[in-house]
Amino acid sequence: MTTTSPSAPGTDTPALAVEGLCVDLTTPSGTVRAVDGVSFSVRRGRTLALLGESGCGKSMTALSVVGLLDPAASVTGGAVRVRGDDTLRMSPAQRRKLAGPVLSIVFQDALTALNPVQPVGRQIGEPFRIHRGLSRRQALEEAIELMTRVGIPEPRQRARSYPHQFSGGMRQRLLIAMAVALAPDVLIADEPTTALDVTVQAQIMRLLRDLQDERDMAVVLITHDLAVVAQRADDVVVMYAGTVVENGPVHDVFDAPRHPYTRGLLDSVPEDSVRGRPLPAVPGSPPELSAVPSGCVFQARCPMVRERCVQERPSLRTTGDGRTAACHFSEELARV
Amino acid sequence: MSESRATTATSGPYADDPRESPPLLEVRGVTKTFGSGRRRLTALDGVDVRIGRGQTLGLVGESGCGKSTLARVLLGLERPDAGTVRFDGTDPFALRGKDLLAWRRRVQMVFQDPFASLNARMSAAELIGEPWRTHRDVVPDAKAREKRVRELLSLVGLRESDAHRYPNEFSGGQRQRIGIARALALDPDLIVCDEPVSALDLSVQAQVLNVLSELRTRLGVTYVFISHDLSVVRHISDRVTVMYLGKVIEQGDTEDVFERPQHPYTAALMSAAPVLKPSRDARRREIHLQGEIPSPFDIPTGCRFRTRCWRAEDLCASQTPPVVTRGTSDTAEPHTALCHFPLEAESAWA
Repeated sequence: MTTTSPSAPGTDTPALAVEGLCVDLTTPSGTVRAVDGVSFSVRRGRTLALLGESGCGKSMTALSVVGLLDPAASVTGGAVRVRGDDTLRMSPAQRRKLAGPVLSIVFQDALTALNPVQPVGRQIGEPFRIHRGLSRRQALEEAIELMTRVGIPEPRQRARSYPHQFSGGMRQRLLIAMAVALAPDVLIADEPTTALDVTVQAQIMRLLRDLQDERDMAVVLITHDLAVVAQRADDVVVMYAGTVVENGPVHDVFDAPRHPYTRGLLDSVPEDSVRGRPLPAVPGSPPELSAVPSGCVFQARCPMVRERCVQERPSLRTTGDGRTAACHFSEELARV
Repeated sequence: MSESRATTATSGPYADDPRESPPLLEVRGVTKTFGSGRRRLTALDGVDVRIGRGQTLGLVGESGCGKSTLARVLLGLERPDAGTVRFDGTDPFALRGKDLLAWRRRVQMVFQDPFASLNARMSAAELIGEPWRTHRDVVPDAKAREKRVRELLSLVGLRESDAHRYPNEFSGGQRQRIGIARALALDPDLIVCDEPVSALDLSVQAQVLNVLSELRTRLGVTYVFISHDLSVVRHISDRVTVMYLGKVIEQGDTEDVFERPQHPYTAALMSAAPVLKPSRDARRREIHLQGEIPSPFDIPTGCRFRTRCWRAEDLCASQTPPVVTRGTSDTAEPHTALCHFPLEAESAWA
C-alpha cells in the first residue's frame, strides 16, 4: 500500500477524488438512482462540505467512499480515488488496509457507532492493534493518550467505562478519537454535531479543526446546516436529488449563488429576515427518488423555470474561478 | 428594534402595553421535581413566565434545561409541585370535569416529529376532525365539520382534495401543516409548538414558519415556541425566555436579549450558534464554554451556571444570584436576568 504515494505533500494530487459516482438503490418498487454522477475532490488540509437536504444523496456518497453502503445499494459507476488509486476496484482486503490509516469516518450517532459491550479504551485502541500490531497494553496506552487529546477528563479511569456512561458530546469525542487514531489523509464527518446542543457542537467543531490542522487531514463535512458550512468549510458541493447542482469556494458560492436552489436555501435562513415578514421559502418539497424528472432536477420548485429546463438536464458548467453550476440560466441569476 | 415594535403592535389588542392588561398566561414560581430521595431530579425550579395575548414567546435552552417540562405544565399535563399557573385568570389545576374539558380546548400543541405524531391509519380529514370527537359542541353537525376541515386545510396551505389522503402520501412539511390544522381545530387561545420545524428540511422549514406567522396575524393566536435554533426563535418571537437547568436565567424582548444579552450563558449560547454571515455580527466575541451541562440530579450551589462561567467568582458559589433588571424604553416589558455579574449593555459582547 505504501509502494506508490503520488500524494506526498506538495504534489497536486488530491487526497480524495470522487469522479462521476453513481449509486443505485433497490427498493420494493424498483431500482432508483440515489447518487447520479457526483464528482468532487479535496486536498489535505482543506475542508469540503457536501451540503443538501435529507434524501439528496450526500450520506450515500460518503458511505460509498468508505465502502460501507447498505447491501440494498450498489455503486454502478464512477471512481473513488484515494492517493490516486481507485478504491472501488480494490479487493475487500486492500480496502481494509486503507480504513484507518488513510480514510476514516465519524458518524452522526455516536451511541450506535460505538460498541455498547466493550470498554471505550479497548475500542479506541483497536486500530493500533490491527494496523500496527501493538499489544493490548500498548494499544490501551495509545488510546488513553488519544482520549486526553480529544478532551476526555480522567482518561485512564474513563477508558474502562462503556459508551452509555458518557454524555453525547463525550461520545462524539470518543468517535473522533477513534477516527483520527492512525492520522488518516481523509476524514469524512457525516453530520458530526447534528444531535448535540449548540455549546457542545461548538466544542466539537473546534476539536475537529484543531485535529485537522495538527494532522494535515482533508475533511469532507456532510451537513444540511448552511451556517456550519459558512463557518467551517473551504469549498462546498451543493446536492439536490442525487446530483451536484453547484460547487465552488464557500464564500463565492454563498455571496453570489449561481443555482436557484442554492439561492433558495440561502434565502430560507431566517437570519437576515425582518420579523413579521414572510421568509422567502422555496415552494414544494424535493422529488421522490423514483420520480426525479428527466430535465432539470429542480424544475418543479424553480422560480425561473422555462421550457428548456423541462426538455434538457443542464450539465455542470463553469461559472467562475473554480466554480460550476448546473443551470441553463445561471448567468441570469448572476445579474439579479 | 423598530420593526419588532411594529409587529407587536399589530399582533394583538393588548400586546402594545402588556402591563396594563392581564396576560393570557402567567406562571409564578413553578417548581417540578421527579423521582424521590437522593434520585430527585429538579426539572423546574421557581419558573416565572408571562405571555401577553397574541404574543409569541420563544423558549430557548439546551437539552435538559426544562423547556419541555414547562411546556407540559402549560398544557396541564404535569402538575407543578409548587407555584401557580393562571390562564386568563383561572388556575387550570383547580378545574375538574366539564370545566377542565372546556379549558383544555383553549390550549393546544404542535409536536416536533410530524412522522410520529400522526396516526398513519387516519386520513387528513379524520386527523384534523379528531379533536371534535372529544369536544363535541365545538362543531356539532357533520356538514359543518366537513366545511370546517376544508377551511382549516386552506388556512395551513393545503388543498381541499388533500382531505382524503393519508399521512404517508404527504411530505414532512405537509404533515406538519396537518398537525397545525389539527391544533387549530378547537380554535385555541394558546398553541405550544415544541420544536415544530426542527425535523424539517431548511427549504420546507421556511414554509412552515410562514404558515405559523400568518396564522398569528389572521387569528391572533398566542404561541409558546420552543426551539434550539436561535435564528428561528429570533425570527418568530416577540419575547424570549432563556432556561438553564430548570431556571429562567434571562427574559426580555427578543431584540434586547439577542442584541444585548445580560446573562453570560445567553451570550455564550449566541456565540456558539454558527451564523451564515459572520460579518454581520463582527462585534461578537467568541466565547468558548468549557464542559457540559451539570446533571439535574446534582445542581451546583449558588448560581447553577457558575461551573461553566468565565466570570464566576466565590460569590457565585455561595449565593443565589439576584434578579437584575435593565431599564428599557417605556412600552417594553423588563429585560431581566439572574446573575451576580451581568454583562453591560456595551460589554465586549455587544
